[in-house]
Amino acid sequence: MGLLNRLDDPYNGGEVVLGKIEDVLNWGRSKSDWYLHFGLACCAIEFMAMNASHFDFMRFGTIPRTSPRQADFIMITGTVTLKMAERIKILYEQMAEPRYVISVGSCSNCGGPYWEHGYHVLKGVDRIIPVDVYIPGCPPRPEAFHEGMIQLQKKINHQAIFTKRKKLDAGEIK
Amino acid sequence: MLPNEIYEILRSEFGDAVIELDNKLQGDPFISIIPAKLFEICHTLRDKEEFLFDYLMCISSLDLNENIGVVYHLYSMNYKHKIVIKTIVPKADPKVPSVELIWRSADWHEREAYDMIGVVFEGHHNMIRILCPYDWEGHPLRKDYQPPEYYHDMKVS
Repeated sequence: MGLLNRLDDPYNGGEVVLGKIEDVLNWGRSKSDWYLHFGLACCAIEFMAMNASHFDFMRFGTIPRTSPRQADFIMITGTVTLKMAERIKILYEQMAEPRYVISVGSCSNCGGPYWEHGYHVLKGVDRIIPVDVYIPGCPPRPEAFHEGMIQLQKKINHQAIFTKRKKLDAGEIK
Repeated sequence: MLPNEIYEILRSEFGDAVIELDNKLQGDPFISIIPAKLFEICHTLRDKEEFLFDYLMCISSLDLNENIGVVYHLYSMNYKHKIVIKTIVPKADPKVPSVELIWRSADWHEREAYDMIGVVFEGHHNMIRILCPYDWEGHPLRKDYQPPEYYHDMKVS
């Protein structure tokens, strides 16, 4: 990030760093995203393994919060049943904007192994809430979680606050 | 105690309510009984000195096209013997006496059998669905079950 490079290069008369406000705000928001503690099924076990010391998810600045009012994003890990879908909608609406959703695993992306005969499974959590990043896998490897988080950080870095920017496709976000 | 000894003692006590001991298929031999006497027979199984079946392992229900079967797996901690009890009721009127007062674990097992197949257990204190939402229609594990198109404005299929 250009902001951090400039910290090594102070101007005369003191250390002044110039940057765009949007860059600074986006940098702050993407590097300390707090997520809502929400695990449903087997992907949640993989999520716990990723939070542990070997793969350490918290080095992205993500701290688990237990209340949706204090969370920035939610990771839907696991199978979403119709009973749970109503509760997820309530939780999503309680989160304060700007909020993001990462859908982890096949079950919350598209229904997963229950797509054909699961009478009580919601075929993809994007039928009820808008999803920002999809992480495929059953369950995804911890490295795939990291890739998803980095994608979310890139998406946040691109957000505009004052001027309207052109909406990018998924492949264009660098 | 072997299943045929248990069958002999039950038969001598309850007569025709105990239909037969079936051990033709591979697996556990099971005793078929009529549903009207289910409560007394289960009470005897739990309390009689020779049986002492104090652990109800599982209640399962079967969908046999015109009938519905209910299967009880029992185990005794003292004598370490097991037995399987089976009753069959017609699908048009699936009512079976509840054994919740004999073994407490039957509470949720019977609610699950009601939710999934539709067996109504008479005498149960809280016969409502346990797995599906309370306003779900239909019994999912029946062979002729069709899932609904929409549930609360969410597309199911």
